[in-house]
Amino acid sequence: MKKMIGKTLIFSSLVIALTACSDRDDDMDSMDNQMYRIKITNLTNAQPLSPPVAMLHSESVSFWEIGEAASVALETLAEGGDGSVLLSLNAANPQHADTAALVPGASTEFTLEMEHSADNHLSVAGMLVNTNDAFSGVSAVNLDDLGSGHKMTFFSYVYDAGTEMNTESVGTIPGPVDGGEGFNAARDDVTSVVTFHSGVVSADDNHAASTLSEADKFDNPALRIEVFAL
Amino acid sequence: MNKTLLALALSAASISSASALDVTISLTNLTHGSHFTPLLISAHVDGQHLFELGSAASANLQAMAEGGDTSGLNTDLTNQNADSHNAAGLTTPGATESFSLMTQMSNTQLSVVGMVLPSNDGFVGLDAMTIPTEAGTYTYYLNAYDSGTEANDEIINGAGAPGAAGIPADPLGSGGTGASGVAGSDSNAMIHIHRGVIGDTDATGGASDLDSRVHRWLNPVARLVIEVN
Repeated sequence: MKKMIGKTLIFSSLVIALTACSDRDDDMDSMDNQMYRIKITNLTNAQPLSPPVAMLHSESVSFWEIGEAASVALETLAEGGDGSVLLSLNAANPQHADTAALVPGASTEFTLEMEHSADNHLSVAGMLVNTNDAFSGVSAVNLDDLGSGHKMTFFSYVYDAGTEMNTESVGTIPGPVDGGEGFNAARDDVTSVVTFHSGVVSADDNHAASTLSEADKFDNPALRIEVFAL
Repeated sequence: MNKTLLALALSAASISSASALDVTISLTNLTHGSHFTPLLISAHVDGQHLFELGSAASANLQAMAEGGDTSGLNTDLTNQNADSHNAAGLTTPGATESFSLMTQMSNTQLSVVGMVLPSNDGFVGLDAMTIPTEAGTYTYYLNAYDSGTEANDEIINGAGAPGAAGIPADPLGSGGTGASGVAGSDSNAMIHIHRGVIGDTDATGGASDLDSRVHRWLNPVARLVIEVN
């Protein structure tokens, strides 16, 4: 409680200082912005990650919550690998979209910056494209404890969007092993909320109708997400 | 005089804050197709265990793991003056069991058990973890264990009594019938990490009554959040 009061006071005094300043935009950039370098590594065997998307935001935003139904924006990412809708919901926020899939073993790096605040949160998401509706990433992790010059590392679990049954059937998986359907607005999963993923079965594991092979199997965690505060 | 009173008040305050913990506990079922039988979450004395990895299950732990019956474990805890919470029903996939608990000074350890349904003798568990005392929010991830007491035959036949072969039920309604059975008795008869279920895609036969596309899980299977107030 003490800590919160202290931060509120600091915030108030900043607002006062800024309103008294004629070129406050310049001052904000030089004095108050925090730049983050974000590095994502795909730790799976053969699951390309759809072009990952990332955003900085306040606590009031999240890409998903376990136990809640996926937004259509998340469904669009989880079933078809398209993260643009997730970003467009908060288009004014600092955000990044990779232009290519992140293949297994590869890393991608980019920077995002936001006004320094104890309420800075990060979300990252990408689809494991050789699945029906699996995705990985982090949703609204707090960067408050990340001081300049330091790094936080997250190992992200694999989630099931709860929007498409994990049939693994031919024509239902958008990744390169199948080239099937991506987003479909119908929701037919046994569990209709976001949970962790139970893994894929594959034809090599006695699911004869599966278009997946043992190579497509994965386990937790799927991604390493490193956040450096510059 | 004033200083003495203040010192007395301060020492009284520190004693009362040490004598009890006020915690809010939330346990989320992270699995996609498995329920937890009514969870037993308890703050208890140091030295007490509902289960221990690498040790044989007690009869009361076995009753919980094979059939979801926590009555014996509750008796064990009550006998040691534990502060316990029993969930009123199943925790469905993605759902959270949340409650507040005032713990006595001596009950410094937290344990969690609940059967993973459908499974033969799988359970989500936490064995006697020291509850943080500093105010804050603490998050933990829990694994699924095998009690080592029943063969993982994956046959849904309604059997939930200790020692009876088979799985009591599939609350999701995705299970099959007519399975020939997957596995004989466990190689490891001690409590160990559950190797997961196999399942198959044959609803009326095959080796398993479980559906491989629905009933498997990967660890961790639960998220535990403790808010120390």
